[in-house]
Amino acid sequence: MTVYLIRRLMQSVLVVWVMSLIVFLGVFAIGDPVEILIAPDADQIERERAIIALGLDKPLWEQYFIFVQNALRGDLGRSFVFNEPALRLILQRMPATLELAITATLFAVVIGIPLGLLAGLKPNAWYSRTIMAGSILGFSLPSFWVGLMLIMVFAVQLGWLPSTGRGETAMLGGIQWSFLTVNGLRHLVMPALNLSFFKVSLAIRLTRSGVRETILQDYVKFARAKGLSPTRVIGVHVLKNIMIPVVTVMGLELGSTIAFAVVTESVFAWPGMGKLIIDSIYVLDRPVIVAYLMIIVFMFIIINLVVDLTYSFLDPRVRLGESKA
Amino acid sequence: MSLAAPASAAAAPAAVPATAAPPTLEVRGLRTHFFTRAGVVKAVDDVSFTVRKGKIMGLVGESGSGKTVTGFSVIGLVDPPGRIVDGEILFHGQNLARLSEEEMRKLRGNRIAMIFQDPMMTLNPVLRVDTQMIETVLAHEKVDKETARQRARDALGQVGIPSPDERLKSYPHQFSGGMRQRVAIAIALLHKPELIIADEPTTALDVTIQGQILFEVQKLCRDSGTSLMWITHDLSVVAGLADDICVMYAGRVVEKGTVDEVLDRPLHPYTRGLIGSVPSRNVRGKPLVQIPGMTPSLLNLPRGCAFRSRCPRADDACMSEPAITEPLPGREIRCVHPHLEGAA
Ligand SMILES: Nc1ncnc2c1ncn2[C@@H]1O[C@H](COP(=O)(O)OP(=O)(O)OP(=O)(O)O)[C@@H](O)[C@H]1O
Ligand code: SF4
Ligand SMILES: [Mg+2]
Repeated sequence: MTVYLIRRLMQSVLVVWVMSLIVFLGVFAIGDPVEILIAPDADQIERERAIIALGLDKPLWEQYFIFVQNALRGDLGRSFVFNEPALRLILQRMPATLELAITATLFAVVIGIPLGLLAGLKPNAWYSRTIMAGSILGFSLPSFWVGLMLIMVFAVQLGWLPSTGRGETAMLGGIQWSFLTVNGLRHLVMPALNLSFFKVSLAIRLTRSGVRETILQDYVKFARAKGLSPTRVIGVHVLKNIMIPVVTVMGLELGSTIAFAVVTESVFAWPGMGKLIIDSIYVLDRPVIVAYLMIIVFMFIIINLVVDLTYSFLDPRVRLGESKA
Repeated sequence: MSLAAPASAAAAPAAVPATAAPPTLEVRGLRTHFFTRAGVVKAVDDVSFTVRKGKIMGLVGESGSGKTVTGFSVIGLVDPPGRIVDGEILFHGQNLARLSEEEMRKLRGNRIAMIFQDPMMTLNPVLRVDTQMIETVLAHEKVDKETARQRARDALGQVGIPSPDERLKSYPHQFSGGMRQRVAIAIALLHKPELIIADEPTTALDVTIQGQILFEVQKLCRDSGTSLMWITHDLSVVAGLADDICVMYAGRVVEKGTVDEVLDRPLHPYTRGLIGSVPSRNVRGKPLVQIPGMTPSLLNLPRGCAFRSRCPRADDACMSEPAITEPLPGREIRCVHPHLEGAA
């Protein structure tokens, strides 16, 4: 186990390093922030001064070297725009995004798995066909459009739910959370639902195909031959087996959910990291963009590790370290 | 069980005539068909047999002859598109074909147990052995978990698994194939069933383990008065194990009787062919005789006797479906030209 973890850690360091190179070069390629940041009527001297202040006069390799040096000390640079550490800026927005992504994943599990189970157990029933047709919509409808439709129906026409912002928040562990207040929850529901559409469909499909495959297994028939109740056969013997792929995919999806909450956050004006990155891209606030991307890389690495550990916990045949170390 | 106990328990097995105790299982005219898109597959078509109390009945036949489907029919686990379309399955005189699913569930694993062919596939890979055993106890009895665990441990000991306490906490993948099959057998024994359906339980195991398990199963049956329906395609297993035999071909019973009689003097050409194709010590060096041809597809069986295309004795009389006859006492066959020559 320890050996396994150390190996994973070393791989992760390599990934982070390679990503930092790619991100740095990529961001460098997309344009010159000076053009945007400096007033058009500024003279040459002001210009020069600004360029030196931002450290943009140095050669690229040196800029990268300084960036890495600072990064190792936990400093991912200062935002050109806010003149605040980029890391702090992003971390401030992170809880909002995490809250949104986790709620969306929760929706996917709570809605997707039972529906997938139904569709898998009775594949020819009318409701199963309806569920599957619905899941195709969930896959193919563009997220921003669904978001706008949700706003139109539930906020504009029915007036049930608010359409922008986080609403009231409450403090927990030094962080503001929306899900702790009723008003905040009402604000959270629609964006989370919007973000979960794709994932609900994914959970339905994964669960359904898992069920279809698992109920044909000998061990399920054997479980029935033991005289177990249908509830136990489905709820324990079938479900425990299909949880393995479902948990893996849902966990891995959490990373991309966080990364791609951008659209939903924009539509619902949800003040998370996604909204910040979009704003930063508009003004080419390089340190924030780089810091954001690095944080996303970190997050993916951590999520993958957690998923692997959960996986080994769910599937006794996979014991980390035993086979891999 | 208790009804017949005084009469048969003490008596020497061979001395008791077949009619002394009421049979544990009597299947009459069973038809189980699969309604597939390609047509109706008559996997089991008019099958009748009896499993006597405390005896082992060997159900033999080539692959695809309907043995497993027969077993599933008895325990009520035929899944769509399959359905029992006709026949009676009398378990202690009670027709199982008419029971509700819930009534059937109460019998399954309790009074009728089944062991499957592939031990690698029968245990749930993500559940510990104790979970899989305890749930079986609790499905049929209201006992506390500790008692259930005790029972599970005893059952593991009974089938010869060393240090059962530790083994209970293991996952199936930590067992060898032979050990897994013992676990499956232990699960089948948990409620001391009156009937065990064993579907080729030793085919996937190597010969030594197979021998051990056969020996133990035979002993268990003898000790507890359990009846056994042993499904196999291996005649040599049946020869050493069973009391009665029932030979199936293309969903039909073609010959049945006691093992000694049928194997000593097979009347049906198919049974003869089967026996001729088994390697045996007595005829070493003699070439094995294979039955020519293949099992016909159940979707379009030839008219008349299904064995016709492979039978050396076939003639025009075989063009119509042969009825079941009893040319010798206690010997039922389905053939118009049985091997009766040289009868004593
Ligand atoms: N679900 C099903 N759908 C359609 N046909 C089926 C189904 N299950 C079984 N059959 C058919 O029933 C016939 C008998 O199958 P069965 O499994 O009982 O044979 P078997 O005698 O047990 O053979 P084996 O020795 O290979 O286990 C086969 O021809 C098979 O094609
Ligand atoms: S009925 Fe005819 S074809 Fe069928 S087994 Fe008997 S002799 Fe052969
Ligand atoms: Mg079979």
